Amino acid sequence: MTTAWVHAEVPQTGADAAAFELLAAARAAADVVEVVAFGPGSSAAAEALGAHGARRVYACDEASMASARAGALILERLIQEHRPDLVLFPTSYAGRDLAARLQARTGSTLMSNATAVSGPDRARTEILGGTRIVDVRLEGPTPRLVLLKPRSAEPEPVADGGVADVVPVAADVPADLREPRVLTRQVEAGSGPSLDDARVVVAGGRGLGSPQGFEILAALADAIEGAAVGASRAAVDAGWMPYASQIGQTGKTVKPDVYIAVGISGALQHLVGMKGSRRVIAVNKDADAPMMRLADLGVVGDLAQFVPALTQEIRRRTGS
Amino acid sequence: MNVVVFVKWVPEPEGTPTLGPEHRLVRAGVEGALDPGDEYGVEAALEITETQGGEVTVISMGPDEALPAVRRALAMGAHRGVLVTDERLAGADALVTARVLAAAVSGRPADLLLAAVESTDGYTGTVPVTVAEFLDLPAVTFATRLSFSDGELRARRQTPAGSEDVACSLPALVTLTAGANEPRYPSLKGIMAAKSKSLERPTADDLGLDAQSLVATQTVEAVQDAPVRGGGEILPAGEDAARRVVDLLAEARVI
Repeated sequence: MTTAWVHAEVPQTGADAAAFELLAAARAAADVVEVVAFGPGSSAAAEALGAHGARRVYACDEASMASARAGALILERLIQEHRPDLVLFPTSYAGRDLAARLQARTGSTLMSNATAVSGPDRARTEILGGTRIVDVRLEGPTPRLVLLKPRSAEPEPVADGGVADVVPVAADVPADLREPRVLTRQVEAGSGPSLDDARVVVAGGRGLGSPQGFEILAALADAIEGAAVGASRAAVDAGWMPYASQIGQTGKTVKPDVYIAVGISGALQHLVGMKGSRRVIAVNKDADAPMMRLADLGVVGDLAQFVPALTQEIRRRTGS
Repeated sequence: MNVVVFVKWVPEPEGTPTLGPEHRLVRAGVEGALDPGDEYGVEAALEITETQGGEVTVISMGPDEALPAVRRALAMGAHRGVLVTDERLAGADALVTARVLAAAVSGRPADLLLAAVESTDGYTGTVPVTVAEFLDLPAVTFATRLSFSDGELRARRQTPAGSEDVACSLPALVTLTAGANEPRYPSLKGIMAAKSKSLERPTADDLGLDAQSLVATQTVEAVQDAPVRGGGEILPAGEDAARRVVDLLAEARVI
């Protein structure tokens, strides 16, 4: 009997697709699947997590447990007590920090950017911008640790789900553990549909030349119902778009029906975040840009002229 | 304030990466450079020591080929460099790398440790925080700006929802995003001065690491090409191209 744990991040709205994806991946890798969840709402998620195959939820509802340092201490203790073979983490801000700290404590191997797990010691990833698929054997002390990329598995409820047993976990960490203190939080109000679920993603890069370049992109997205605007890392680093809109290795992974890349040359780190798109349209002034080679349809020319003309043509055809 | 910056030599981003025996990225004989993402950490460290005093130590792990990366950081103005080279480290994974970097920091005065959020070749993104755990330090990840107030570190960091401002006592580790500042170009004077700066070349033994701690615990079993997509049509911009794009959107049933 092999056991895989899933470290689930439970948002205020309850367990969501991110955790269910990990549970689906874990079920393919081990006989028994259990969840570790830290932070408010963890216990309450037992029903939703159980429906997706979790037998048990080790839950600590304390807000202080959201920190990676405290989380790694508690997780190490749980691991020593229950000896899982594998622990899956989401590739998220908090997931990376927690897994990285845990690795130092357990001496276990940690595989980043995994796209699948086929057993308690087998994981798959993609390298060189997703051009090569690599199967990796995980060795050394158990449990093996894997950071799974978003959207690597399809959430799927199990037939015999039921509510997972909740095992309360005490937030027993040293009082003098030094941690960063949050002073203020800023929420960047997203406008329009979320990138994660949009059927169409209109993404812009450095080729747009300026923040104003994104205005013609927003107008294009506006003409397509349900389209969201994304950006390459170059555009985000330049400060033209908020980080929340970044698509690629460091940002979001999207798999829309149509991906329209405008002024994005197609650096490897960007391609990883969008190559699962069903159809790709590239608009660029450079016919040799890597994004062009990947596109189902490429348009070469001046973005400032073509994008508004395209918007107009869409509006003409849809009568909007 | 003494600052340690972790840097990495990466193959030239414009080059075509190739895999050699044991499926490792070929680094020997390949043009490479200081990871562009690391320049932000070097710049931040220089700005801090220029206003507050102290020294910047650049620490890296890599083969002899990686020397230019450390030299570039020295030419930018870092005070001393450390490049850990050991043939047993070829193929090192994230855990081994973190052990080596943590050992290379030990014994050095370091109030602040800086690193990029992730390297631009491997994207593992976990090494700096693993180092922080080895050294029993708090970490602020995804920082976009840094300052100091009352002897404490202040940072703004990216979050999935936007950003947050945090305070943290020192010593601490910070990972910086690209774009956090404007990295300087090495001046001719800086390049000349770099040649006489301290550059240590320890092996794993020198750092007191035993052979077992250098063994990577990930083995590549198979590599295959991912399915190639595309090969689509390329059109010049114009009315026809616009119509064709709209046709494709209609086929996909999104309009």
